[in-house]
Amino acid sequence: MTIKPIRLRSRVVAFVILALVGAAMPFAASAQSASVPDTKTWDGLKGDVFGQKPIGDAGGIITIDAPKRAEDAAIVPIDLHFKTDAATGRIKAVTLIVDENPSPVAAVFQFGKDAGVTHLATRLRVNAYSYVRAIAETEDGKLHMTQTFVKASGGCSAPAMKNQDESLASLGKMKLRVFTAKTPGNEPMTRATEMQLMIRHPNNSGLQMDQVTRYYIPAHFIQGLTVSQGDRLIMSMEGGISISEDPNFRFEFDAKPGEDVKVEAADTEGKKFQDEWPLESSSL
Amino acid sequence: MSEPTRRSVLKTGVFFACCGISHVRLARAQSSPVEALPVKEITGGVFAFAGRPEMMAANNEGEICNVSFIIGDEAVAVIDSGGSVAEGRQLVAAIRARTDKPIRYLINTHMHPDHIFGNAAFGETGAIVVGHHNLPRALTARGDYYLQSYRDAMGSELMADIRIIPPTKLITGEEQLDLGNRKLTLKAWKTAHTDNDLTIFDEQSGTFFTGDLCFIEHLPTMDGSLLGWIAQLEELKGIKATFAVPGHGPVPSAWPQALGQEQRYFDALARDIRKAIADGVPMAEAVKTAAESERNNWRLFDEYNVRNATAAFAELEWE
Repeated sequence: MTIKPIRLRSRVVAFVILALVGAAMPFAASAQSASVPDTKTWDGLKGDVFGQKPIGDAGGIITIDAPKRAEDAAIVPIDLHFKTDAATGRIKAVTLIVDENPSPVAAVFQFGKDAGVTHLATRLRVNAYSYVRAIAETEDGKLHMTQTFVKASGGCSAPAMKNQDESLASLGKMKLRVFTAKTPGNEPMTRATEMQLMIRHPNNSGLQMDQVTRYYIPAHFIQGLTVSQGDRLIMSMEGGISISEDPNFRFEFDAKPGEDVKVEAADTEGKKFQDEWPLESSSL
Repeated sequence: MSEPTRRSVLKTGVFFACCGISHVRLARAQSSPVEALPVKEITGGVFAFAGRPEMMAANNEGEICNVSFIIGDEAVAVIDSGGSVAEGRQLVAAIRARTDKPIRYLINTHMHPDHIFGNAAFGETGAIVVGHHNLPRALTARGDYYLQSYRDAMGSELMADIRIIPPTKLITGEEQLDLGNRKLTLKAWKTAHTDNDLTIFDEQSGTFFTGDLCFIEHLPTMDGSLLGWIAQLEELKGIKATFAVPGHGPVPSAWPQALGQEQRYFDALARDIRKAIADGVPMAEAVKTAAESERNNWRLFDEYNVRNATAAFAELEWE
């Protein structure tokens, strides 16, 4: 995890603490289950996350797609697309927030300078009727926000682990898929490649009480992740408990044929996981 | 990082403690007599009530799953308490209309609210709550969420008495309970519908209580492992029962034919999801069309199919 600057780490620690202190009120807030989207939670939250910095409308720089209803509260697919121009510069970072979750800041992604990430999909836990929002920071230092409203799931779906024993048994196992380019043709030196990274991890929220000890079960989640190719950072993530069990990231970036893709991850118990995959020209 | 996290979480403990799990409170005293749940005697000493194939709501008092009781020479065992304390009380009334024998066991077949929200109605009966060894853990992770997420659908009046009451007698593997010349065999299954599925076999009558390992008419819901469920279907079929009481569906049902509908659905779901994964179709797209061929075979297809497909996708991606 050497790629990550120290400054970032302390910022994210602040996020997580903020998020967990926020846990004192979440059930009261989400219990209202407002069916009319109301931004009260965000109005109170944004200063804590971004300070006094103005947050503008995304205006197409970043778009977010999510299902209208969280069918499975534990696994809500979220799709982000990025489109920048010379005026704003590239997107440096994206913060993903689920307003009504006990820990609203789901993740902060940082993108490598020449990584060319244009698309990122992941999966979130959504506890209640909530806005899910993405705030992009462009190179000019400006913040751009887009959001979508997700209704909570009906029925007995809960944002909890389905198969806890399996989840712990294969902790840290990783899988990388490379998707064949949609338009085969000439092989340029650099081209957008779509990949999917999967990591086995319970990403446990820690907000549940052990009935025997009466203590809260400590949170256990992936807190840091970096994806690089050769010496180049593709993206890094500082994660929280709103990222689904078995964290999953599908993204498009400018891949360089022949250079290995390397993933390093660390969880809240200090366990480190890493893996490396060769990226053959033929697979691009 | 885990240190500040743990401390912050502990700070919130006071709040959670008020609505915490394992606060066993007795059911509120009734001022008017409770109507008995309209159970039917499916065979000597075995009674069951067929729940409605609907979502839990205020107007059905959460009575959507099948609940049963078995009377032995000495005692009674109840299988699932229903989706509200109101239903649980009606179940107690139905038992009391037939026997004065003590209710020795309340067996929960798994963690879902429609099967456990009635537990508090049994507080005064002295029944021992019995469950799969994973059930307490599962309720720890979900109990508070269930209590709050059902408030909209069920209404505050029905929710007021509901408590999450975990089992104290835990089953690992197979174990027998005796009701007095009537032995029940309880079996804890590997992860399938949930990671805490328990079945009950009444030797005397040959009745097999499947819990939600068997769904008929009501679309199965996936909250454990599709592969685990499929893998255990053969073993389930091998249970030599005269008939079954499924978790949802007609009471009684022919065994093992009762498994036929869900098996066909699982096959369609797994086939469609596997193809989508192989083709590189993203989850959000794949879940829109998976198992579509099954739509007309089930009730509550729109309510649960996309959710099942989502869970199946996340699981099958690791194959």
